[in-house]
Amino acid sequence: MKYSAWSLVRGALTGHRHWPPAWNPARPKPRYDVIVIGGGGHGLATAYYLAKNHGVKNVAVLERGWIGGGNTGRNTTIVRSNYLYPASARLYDFSLKLYEGLAKDLNFNIMLSQRGLVLLAHSRHDLDAMARWANAMRMNGIEADVLSREQVGALAPALDLSPEARLPIIGGFLQRRGGTARHDAVAWGYARAASGHGVDIIENCEVQEFLFEDGRAVGVKTTLGAIRADRIGIAAAGHSSVLAARAGFRLPVTSYALQALVSEPIKPLLDTVILSPGTGAYVSQSDKGEMVIGAMLDLFPSYAQRGSFSVEQAIVAGTLMLFPAFSRLRMLRQWAGIVDVVHDSSPIIGPTPVPGIFINCGWGTGGFKAIPVGGWTLAHVLATGRSHELAEAFQLERFLTGRLVDEAAASGIAH
Amino acid sequence: MMHIPCPHCGPRDESEFVCGGTSHIERPPLDASDRTWGEYLFFRDNPKGLHAERWLHAFGCGQWFNLVRDTVTHEIGAVYAMTDPPPP
Repeated sequence: MKYSAWSLVRGALTGHRHWPPAWNPARPKPRYDVIVIGGGGHGLATAYYLAKNHGVKNVAVLERGWIGGGNTGRNTTIVRSNYLYPASARLYDFSLKLYEGLAKDLNFNIMLSQRGLVLLAHSRHDLDAMARWANAMRMNGIEADVLSREQVGALAPALDLSPEARLPIIGGFLQRRGGTARHDAVAWGYARAASGHGVDIIENCEVQEFLFEDGRAVGVKTTLGAIRADRIGIAAAGHSSVLAARAGFRLPVTSYALQALVSEPIKPLLDTVILSPGTGAYVSQSDKGEMVIGAMLDLFPSYAQRGSFSVEQAIVAGTLMLFPAFSRLRMLRQWAGIVDVVHDSSPIIGPTPVPGIFINCGWGTGGFKAIPVGGWTLAHVLATGRSHELAEAFQLERFLTGRLVDEAAASGIAH
Repeated sequence: MMHIPCPHCGPRDESEFVCGGTSHIERPPLDASDRTWGEYLFFRDNPKGLHAERWLHAFGCGQWFNLVRDTVTHEIGAVYAMTDPPPP
């Protein structure tokens, strides 16, 4: 069913009883052309682009829990493409461009809001580094503007701009096309569109082991039985190493908890996204009015989706340095997602040492913004056997050849 | 907040410590292949469960030590010296 103004009017006149489920729950078939492990944004986007771009429709997405219940439901919904190196800039800006057309493409309102994203400079060194960063972005064809303190203040008057602040704000830089999107809608939109192409979306189905023939992976054994496939894609973020170990290889990945929290809803106060590498805090306001506050990593390996209180304390303190007016806000929810951090802060998209298995991981703290391009490029290598040109620099092999893409800018905040 | 038992100072808050990552990684000889060297530098087991790791009591005695911690529950088991082998 196509969503449109007409379908809303029709629903209003008929008591809204005609809405079908957005996608159909499926039981696994014995065999597929492609299995995608992980029903988050990246996995669902992979299935959608396999069907749409490559005509590969005999596809199953296997999700251990429920759709979008992992990191896709545990992020701060920020989209941006403020990266330094040409390979990264191309990759992330392609993702942002896909986001810009995604609501229409999926026929699902992902509530993209390009409200602009401001990074704050707290020292002369910050300002010099940001001028270099913004220049690199412009050289790569992505607009970016260096801001004075007054310009930052005009964009976000609630910030403490006084020179007496613990970390005074002396300027910053802005990517106007950055902003936020509705995280659940991205997962649900991709799931619905993929299901519309005939993809089976199978929830509560955990992959327990891989099946091999002559050294090649030919399927998986799951909690719902064995499923065979010609090719297998892994899009499991913080659990990539667990699946890799089950398939018999290792990854240059360490899993950390990344946490965020939201306040009670308040009236509109902040209509941009503010990142402060100096305090480690980043803040935006959701459409519901909640202040969404993101933290830096809990810097010890973890698979616990809860986050450390000491990091939470630090991030609240950092946020109050920026916005003293928030001091009486009550926090409603706090959560953590398990992110897959690699040493150069750049993703891995391509083949693995095991024939038949391909992987999309290593996005670390920045996976949400990359969902469209992660799906697009993993689908390409699964369908054609060749890496997409955007993904060529982001192969697992680079950790053995030394050709890293060291994106200190990737995380936005240092890690 | 984890309570980490420093072998010299006793249990202290997590915020006094810095995690130094996986323990017992051995540096390969200098004539190692690029593959061996890359694996040494970057590839990790990253287990979901028990993990032997190094910690530094940065805002305390300044000493490094090893411990075994569960990466799901964050429960801490054995605590032992940097030069000791991992517990069985």
